[in-house]
Amino acid sequence: MTDYTLETEAGRRESLRRMLTIREFDTKAGQYFADGEIPGFVHLYIGEEAVAVGTCAALDPDDLISSTHRGHGHCIAKGLDTELMMAELFGKEDGYCNGKGGSMHIADVESGMLGANGIVGAGPPLATGAALSIDYQDRDQVALAFLGDGAVAQGQVHEAINLASTWDLPAIFLVENNRYGEATPVEKQHNLSQLSDTAQAYDIPGLTVDGMDVTAVAEAVKEARKRARAGDGPTLIEAETYRYRGHYEGDEQNYRTDEELEQWQERDAIDSFKRRLIDRGELTEDDFEEMQAAIEEAIADAIEYAQESEFPAPEEAYDDMFSESVPEIEAFAERIRTDGGSNGGDA
Amino acid sequence: MSTQESNTQNLTLVQAVRDGLKSEMERDDDVIVLGEDVGKNGGVFRATEGLYDAFGGDRVIDTPLAESGIIGTSIGMAAYGLRPVPEMQFSGFMYPAFDQLVSHAARLRTRSRGRFTCPMVVRAPYGGGIRAPEHHSESKEAIYTHEAGLKVVVPSTPYDTKGLLAAAIRDPDPVVFLEPKLIYRAFREDVPEEPYTVELGEAAVRREGEDLSVFTWGAMTRPTLEAAESAAEDGIDAEVIDLRTLSPMDTDAIVESFKKTGRAVVVHEAPKTGGLAGEITATIQTEALYYQEAPIARVTGFDVPYPLYALEDYYMPEDTRIEDAIRETYGA
Repeated sequence: MTDYTLETEAGRRESLRRMLTIREFDTKAGQYFADGEIPGFVHLYIGEEAVAVGTCAALDPDDLISSTHRGHGHCIAKGLDTELMMAELFGKEDGYCNGKGGSMHIADVESGMLGANGIVGAGPPLATGAALSIDYQDRDQVALAFLGDGAVAQGQVHEAINLASTWDLPAIFLVENNRYGEATPVEKQHNLSQLSDTAQAYDIPGLTVDGMDVTAVAEAVKEARKRARAGDGPTLIEAETYRYRGHYEGDEQNYRTDEELEQWQERDAIDSFKRRLIDRGELTEDDFEEMQAAIEEAIADAIEYAQESEFPAPEEAYDDMFSESVPEIEAFAERIRTDGGSNGGDA
Repeated sequence: MSTQESNTQNLTLVQAVRDGLKSEMERDDDVIVLGEDVGKNGGVFRATEGLYDAFGGDRVIDTPLAESGIIGTSIGMAAYGLRPVPEMQFSGFMYPAFDQLVSHAARLRTRSRGRFTCPMVVRAPYGGGIRAPEHHSESKEAIYTHEAGLKVVVPSTPYDTKGLLAAAIRDPDPVVFLEPKLIYRAFREDVPEEPYTVELGEAAVRREGEDLSVFTWGAMTRPTLEAAESAAEDGIDAEVIDLRTLSPMDTDAIVESFKKTGRAVVVHEAPKTGGLAGEITATIQTEALYYQEAPIARVTGFDVPYPLYALEDYYMPEDTRIEDAIRETYGA
């Protein structure tokens, strides 16, 4: 099993590799979206890599996460396959959800990924439920919900944290505060200046960490995990970070300045972590370039894989509607197979 | 509508939304727009662009991401003298607010025996055709029409958009105003600069015909008209009726048209089962059974979650599928 923890040299290199993979994956996703090959909407994680990687490096591989609309980073940090992810973004049948989910709905049981989520704030209740399952079945796991600063204003997020706190569930709520809920600054959406202070309402630990520092994130999550496994209930962690791209690709970003972006980029999480590893003698520039080249190749392969995969056939829209096939649905699917979907109705 | 000679602007549907909001806000200080990114940013689809600068932050309110809070707050505002126009960024984001909408907005008047009212317009871009899955593309008008106490409007042209929006805002009861985002920028139309209304609950005959009636609304209106024109080349004279308001539905217009033609096709992009085509068919059966000359056809989306990308082309009724149904119904 890959060594993936901030506490060993190999694990730190793996963490850097995953951060770089996220950046390369999302850079290419942005390009292929702009070219029109990737449909719908994509929300890129570039700039926030330390949060996903610091978090997942501190979790056990068996732990469960729920994600957000900005989920590619969480997927890669949790160990999902970039080829299957890219195929999903392209809407192809070899993707994680057979091309039926797309960027905002990637889910994978084996990786403990409960799903990216197109609805802001919808993930935390799922994580609370997953934590209840863990608790009931006495499994050595935790469930962690990634959520954005915007989601903290959603009613169901409050319900989720209150339930998990009241029942002392093995859950962690990881708030990625990237300063903007869509196009509106965080201070226009919340009366609190520190979102981790919401934890006081539930009488659980709440702390704010530097989300541009992968080690700081990992330490906080490790502590929260320990607490959750000890039966002491959830922790709320706010990671202060910044997205370099718009809320979605194509966002005009008239709500922020170039200077603000540049200030955050000066503290880039990948650059600083790379420098730290070089200073500690755990990485050379050559190692880094080799790593970067291998990632570029892997993501190029992922693009090729996605391009070569087929679109799902029309009748596949009916697959997996229910656990067992339903005669009427089978009849519809058969009809599409035979007449090419010329009519969805009665005629 | 005003009869005076008016200046017009050539607007897209989304620009007509903006223009409609602006002219109603100028008319009535109690009209207040609120929602996610509707203020300084101007909204994801630019439907509220410029309103913040024109009316200020007290009347164009940026809210947190909190749909239940937005709709609940709007109900409270409406109950006490304001005319809120909350925006749901996509209609698929409305479900967290569903309780407020269904349990409270729709029932405030009857529950209080008319003492409280809820003059509110919930605007939401809706429908497919933009290559996005699930919540970003689905058509759920039937769940709102099913709720007595809500009015439901779906415009299909820029002119109607401004007029129906004005009528909705002036209406004393809650209106769900679903804007077909596929045609937000698809075409332009001359729209009067001054305020006017298009009455709620009145269908529009988009094409007169004698041979069969096609009932539709929203983004499906244009492909339906194209299908009708194409069928006309072979002498099939279809009447196309754009319902515009889905609740209350203009059943008189439906029945009148059907009595003339005796044949009907209903087109909607929502899934078939439980969709409004069933309701329209039932209305025809009850009111005009003895005029019926052929089975009524439904051309609809499929009974699946709204699919992504490639499958979307199969999902959405398009002109050829509609034309097939017109021909089959005509020949039946």
